[in-house]
Amino acid sequence: MNRDLSLLIGILVSLLALLLIWIFYTTLAADPGPRLAPLALEQLPNSGVSHPVTAVLLNYRAYDTLLELAVLLAAILGIWSLGPAPSGFQPAGPALTVLANWIVPLAIITGGYLLWVGGHAPGGAFQAGALLGSAGVILRLAGHERAGLPNEAAQRWLVVAGVGLFLLVGLLLAVFGAGFLTYPKASAKWLILLIETAATIAIGSTLAAAYVGGRPPLAQSTSAASKDLGA
Amino acid sequence: MISNSLVLPIALPLLGALLVVALPRKMPILGALAALATTGSGLWVTAQTWLQADLGVVLGGWGLPLGIGLAADGLSAAFLAMSSLVGLGTSIYAIGYFAGSERCNHFWPLWFLLWASLNGVFLAADLFNLYVMLELLGLSAAALGALTGSRAAVEANLRYLLVGLLGSITYLLGVALLYAGYGTLDIGLLSERIQPSPLAAGALVLMVVGLALKAALFPMHFWLPPAHANAPAPVSAVLSALVVKTAFYLILRLWLDLFPAELSNAAAAFVLGVLGAGAVLWGSWRALRAERLKLLAAYSTVAQIGYLFLFFPLIQATPAGIARDDLIAACVLMALTHGFAKAGFFLAAGLVQQKAGHDRIDALGGTAQSMPATTFSIALAGSALIGLPPSGSFIAKWVMMRGAFEAGQWWWLIIISTGTLLAAAYIFRVLSRAFGQEPTPQCFLTDARAEIPALLLAFASVALLGLAAGPVWSLLGFQGAPA
Amino acid sequence: MTAAFLYGAAGLLLFALGLWSLLVHEPLLRKLIAFNIMGSGVFHLFIAVAHRSDGSSPDPVPHALVLTGIVVAVSATALALALNSRLEEADAKASSSKTTPSGAPEPNTTARTGLPKPSSNGANRLRWPSR
Repeated sequence: MNRDLSLLIGILVSLLALLLIWIFYTTLAADPGPRLAPLALEQLPNSGVSHPVTAVLLNYRAYDTLLELAVLLAAILGIWSLGPAPSGFQPAGPALTVLANWIVPLAIITGGYLLWVGGHAPGGAFQAGALLGSAGVILRLAGHERAGLPNEAAQRWLVVAGVGLFLLVGLLLAVFGAGFLTYPKASAKWLILLIETAATIAIGSTLAAAYVGGRPPLAQSTSAASKDLGA
Repeated sequence: MISNSLVLPIALPLLGALLVVALPRKMPILGALAALATTGSGLWVTAQTWLQADLGVVLGGWGLPLGIGLAADGLSAAFLAMSSLVGLGTSIYAIGYFAGSERCNHFWPLWFLLWASLNGVFLAADLFNLYVMLELLGLSAAALGALTGSRAAVEANLRYLLVGLLGSITYLLGVALLYAGYGTLDIGLLSERIQPSPLAAGALVLMVVGLALKAALFPMHFWLPPAHANAPAPVSAVLSALVVKTAFYLILRLWLDLFPAELSNAAAAFVLGVLGAGAVLWGSWRALRAERLKLLAAYSTVAQIGYLFLFFPLIQATPAGIARDDLIAACVLMALTHGFAKAGFFLAAGLVQQKAGHDRIDALGGTAQSMPATTFSIALAGSALIGLPPSGSFIAKWVMMRGAFEAGQWWWLIIISTGTLLAAAYIFRVLSRAFGQEPTPQCFLTDARAEIPALLLAFASVALLGLAAGPVWSLLGFQGAPA
Repeated sequence: MTAAFLYGAAGLLLFALGLWSLLVHEPLLRKLIAFNIMGSGVFHLFIAVAHRSDGSSPDPVPHALVLTGIVVAVSATALALALNSRLEEADAKASSSKTTPSGAPEPNTTARTGLPKPSSNGANRLRWPSR
């Protein structure tokens, strides 16, 4: 791009930044006004979980989270629509194989822990799913063609598991309960845990499948790593 | 229970997407069933809104500031009805269009995700939820547009994806500023609390600019023609008819419902009007110069979006009352007419392209002879794009010109009439080629399953919305259509 | 107040930096990184808004919005990268068929190193106005 033009854009963008910072300053200086925080904390005992962020994500604003899982699904479907995956990496050397053998199980166990701890401390489905996904990335780097995931038909079920269970719970509650995604207070904790578990599996396998970068390869390579993430 | 039905136009296509992903072998049948269910639920919500009252529900049972609201008023219902009917027509067409092709497997799930997000935008009442919806819309639309797999399509849709991301992150910054100032994300609550302040002005500018980028408002339209022209025909139809309309709908919604009158003032409206005028002139001119039928249709979309933005200065200048209601209803009527007409046009253009193997306008001779129904669809849709009577856009343009007279803003009349003349020129350029040889068609329909959806959509833009424009007025809760 | 302002202002600066880079730089990878920086800027702003100076616990709602936003940004980045690699593949195919018109296949670097062959100009470029 032309130097003068990029300088001009730079000046304009700096002015925009200054303007926005000034606006933000005046806003902070003024009366902060009502916030959602007191309300969110007040309702926390009724939400089924004791960590406020998890309560917002999976109870107060569960609809957003449902759609966010749908965005993830759209991304992986788009990636699959582009054709078969590029060929993977060569089987790992001995050092990487040993490393993968240690890190992958550790990541899966840590993911399970993060999922459980999300109910009362920082953690939850997304952190756990990201760990599972990273385990898949390591497997793929170590030469596992499908990043530890099962065949295509099973992968299709895995990537829809999160949205599917979420939506099913929501619709069943709309038909038999108080309304779409309105959990009964008594079972809120278990419903949230169920949804989070499915979401973790879906997020983990979607991220790993996205890293593969195309439609799942047919052949399972014979590398040292052979754990299936979804199993 | 009726409030719960608001969820269905979003939940049913989502469910359809999940089913077709998990059970790819049953794809066309499951797809058709889910499309019927989605359309049914969308029309049901429209009918409820029309016959009874505005619907609203707050999900999760937590009440308003904490939960996410869904709402359907006349404006939402009108756009929801359009997305339901155009979506159904496109789905039926797609069964034939993708039959026996491997792309079928990729089309259906992404299309249902797109449909869910379209309905979701029209029904949302929460600013952050709208951001997530817009991202779902942008991702699935870009992936669908790249389905042909050609280099041009992939490049155009990669650019489209990036532009969409830039638009939605800019919108999100506006939302973040509003949350910093007013502590809520619900449009209704926010409109009660919002004051004319630098914060609200900054948020208005950021949100409108971000959305205008997604609505392809001139001069931010550069991404649209290649993306829409290179997509498969059913995808082009929904991209042009529905996807760009969501961003326009949101700008209209924010303009009418959220921002105080001190901010949505004459200067802001004039800027939008000038950009709209630029879009009308530039888009129509490029459509006239286009060499390919689908590129012509894509540039025509740029021009038609421009007309919609011409309404803003007129709505702003007209005091509340019947005249203003007429303008708002005409604006919605224009958007709906364009939705039906452009969907029909793209579907018909896709048939021409499939049959002839290309869509170069200069080599379309004899299309009227070999595909009479398809050519008739193009002509019908074209007459709605020009704004000939009795199409819906004729009434809309009539109201717009009357509004311009009454507001004393005569300069818009020049833009409208120039745009109309250019539209007539580019449509007749196609038709004169298509009718180039002596027309002795043997049989009106050559491929009923594919041709009828295109024909019905084009017909709806002319007859349904033109001869029966009254329902649009009553759906929006206004009195009487203009004489 | 000061902490929240500094944090939020840093977010706005990040947004502006990302915007500049997105508009000015042509290589797609830089554009994508720029988009992610813009996103981080907006998330910073949300976190700053959640912070309360009076010592009470922070507002959990913006925190949850940020988590949602991160997943959305990751999804978008993944799709854009996949589209980009498809584009590079097409270009590599086009240039290799140009350089070896006789049909003799070039030694396949992909099989040897496991890495896709870098395209001739190093990175895929995407200009804003289309030709």
